[in-house]
Amino acid sequence: MSSRVADARERLLLLLALPALVLLLGLFAFPVLRLLAMSVEGGSLEYFEKAALDGLYVSVLADSLRIASVVTGICLVLAYPVALWLSRAGRLGLALGLFALLLPFWTSVLVRTYAWMVLLGRNGVMNRMLRDWGLIDAPVMLLYNTSGVLIGMVHVLLPYMVFPIYAALLRVDPDLGRAAEGLGAPAWRAFTRITLPLSLPGVSAGCALVFVLSLGFFITPALLGGGRVIMISMLIEQQVREFLDWPFAAALSAVLLAVTLGIYALVGRFGGKSHLATP
Amino acid sequence: MRLSVQGIVKRFGATTALGGVDLDLAEGEFLTILGPSGSGKTTLLKVVAGFEAPDAGRVRLGEEDVTEVSPRQRDVGMVFQNYALFPHLTVAQNVAFPLEMRRRPKPEIAKRVTEALALVELGALSGRLPRQLSGGQQQRVALARAVVFGPRLLLLDEPFGALDRKLREGLQLEVRRLQRRLGLTTLFITHDQEEALVMSDRIAVMNHGRLDQVGAPAEVYARPATRFVADFLGESNLLEGEARGDAVAVPGFGPVPVACPPGPATLLLRPEALRLDAKAAGLDCRATGRVVETIFLGLSAKLRIRVEGGPEVLARVPLRPSTPPPAGEGATVALGFAAEDVHVVPRG
Repeated sequence: MSSRVADARERLLLLLALPALVLLLGLFAFPVLRLLAMSVEGGSLEYFEKAALDGLYVSVLADSLRIASVVTGICLVLAYPVALWLSRAGRLGLALGLFALLLPFWTSVLVRTYAWMVLLGRNGVMNRMLRDWGLIDAPVMLLYNTSGVLIGMVHVLLPYMVFPIYAALLRVDPDLGRAAEGLGAPAWRAFTRITLPLSLPGVSAGCALVFVLSLGFFITPALLGGGRVIMISMLIEQQVREFLDWPFAAALSAVLLAVTLGIYALVGRFGGKSHLATP
Repeated sequence: MRLSVQGIVKRFGATTALGGVDLDLAEGEFLTILGPSGSGKTTLLKVVAGFEAPDAGRVRLGEEDVTEVSPRQRDVGMVFQNYALFPHLTVAQNVAFPLEMRRRPKPEIAKRVTEALALVELGALSGRLPRQLSGGQQQRVALARAVVFGPRLLLLDEPFGALDRKLREGLQLEVRRLQRRLGLTTLFITHDQEEALVMSDRIAVMNHGRLDQVGAPAEVYARPATRFVADFLGESNLLEGEARGDAVAVPGFGPVPVACPPGPATLLLRPEALRLDAKAAGLDCRATGRVVETIFLGLSAKLRIRVEGGPEVLARVPLRPSTPPPAGEGATVALGFAAEDVHVVPRG
């Protein structure tokens, strides 16, 4: 009797989840698999061969990896102090800090990227300000080059680094810091020996998130790079939109997906040691 | 080393956590601060450790005034309530931490860690992580870490709170032996009065941010200085009466011949001092009563008795295989006590 009730309940829950499942399978999983299948159409690996042998694609992938690494690095350096401050802030500081971090999410990435174009342009707010202060004579090129791309991407991705680190720091028992101090540790040594290692799971989660998101970033580098900075995602888009070469776009997507999954696997293996997170 | 705490005041906003605390510990002494939660005992410990700055008063270690000295320079070993072991470091690394921070040479660190772990009988587990240890073992690691660098003072903040009773009793004795062996001046915090009685050279009873009484366990138990101490430490019958001349009139028992200034008086009578039936015959003060409840406790039984024309009292009678079972509920009993077993609780 009771097991029949449980069965009925399970069936009902499954029924409720069905629309989402159908949507995901039909409109996401199936097309992705179709696309990936296209790259090996006819059982040949010619498209992968093309991607591997043509210097352009290899160098763009290398550039994308490099930019993703730099963005991740800058985000980490900027985010860690913010997360540390948030984890120790009072109620008001915390509310203000979280608000400031979440505010950008209320605006689309597109709008924010255009806003950066206004700020960073040749006669943009930034250049005018620097000139008014007498720091520069001629305008600095901040737009349509790597600096612009880096600035825009770091801005968009910073919260993805702050939150995991903040969460990890919150899990560190404040008594540990007190204990370290009481045992004779100067503040910075207590930090490097105790707080920092215990927050590493958050650091690796944040790095993986930001790195993977940067690797596939499209809008921001496309607009702020002005065609001078090419990311792998832009090449894929170009193959589809300009050359209608779907199988080759599929092969490049497969490579990007493989790199992304590879990074996740690495982080899962080395960065995600759970004993560090549990008190 | 000697610890001297003078006139410590600590306020948090409008509440006064410590209202002028004076305390002196002799070299090698084990002093327990006993008090209910919220009495300010943890705040006092934090002031001594240096984690809280007092609003007034001084803390001295030996001859040195350490009131303004940061915790890292106080050389005070502390065992936290939750042990605060570093979860990513092994047992040996945890114990080595204070020595590393003092930049001791490597061979010396290795030697002292080994000694400290041997002292708490954990040498075999030095490579384990804290989460791989039982609660009692973690507690011993915390203790080893707190004493390995030869601190001037040892602070223990309810270190047995999370352990089960049997383990706690074993560790209490172990900590006491270790403390004696190292001759460490120790300040121990607990709300468990039994623990305080077992472990301490002296007990300081804390109530609302003040010390009501400081004295040897037997002294504090037998002659509590305030009503709060009498009530908090052990089980007690507090008999209210009226002092006249050379006796205190207690309803139900009549005049109790003890010296007391005239006026309302409170007498402390421990449950074990109250005798029943045949044993009550010939004692100074006698009454009859009806048993309200009998609780069997193994070695003894506890009886709640309503005294005829008087208060309800608690009696504790020892049980031996040869003694007849204690009177059951509803039975009428004779009860009595000797005047010398009564303590007059000073008016506070």
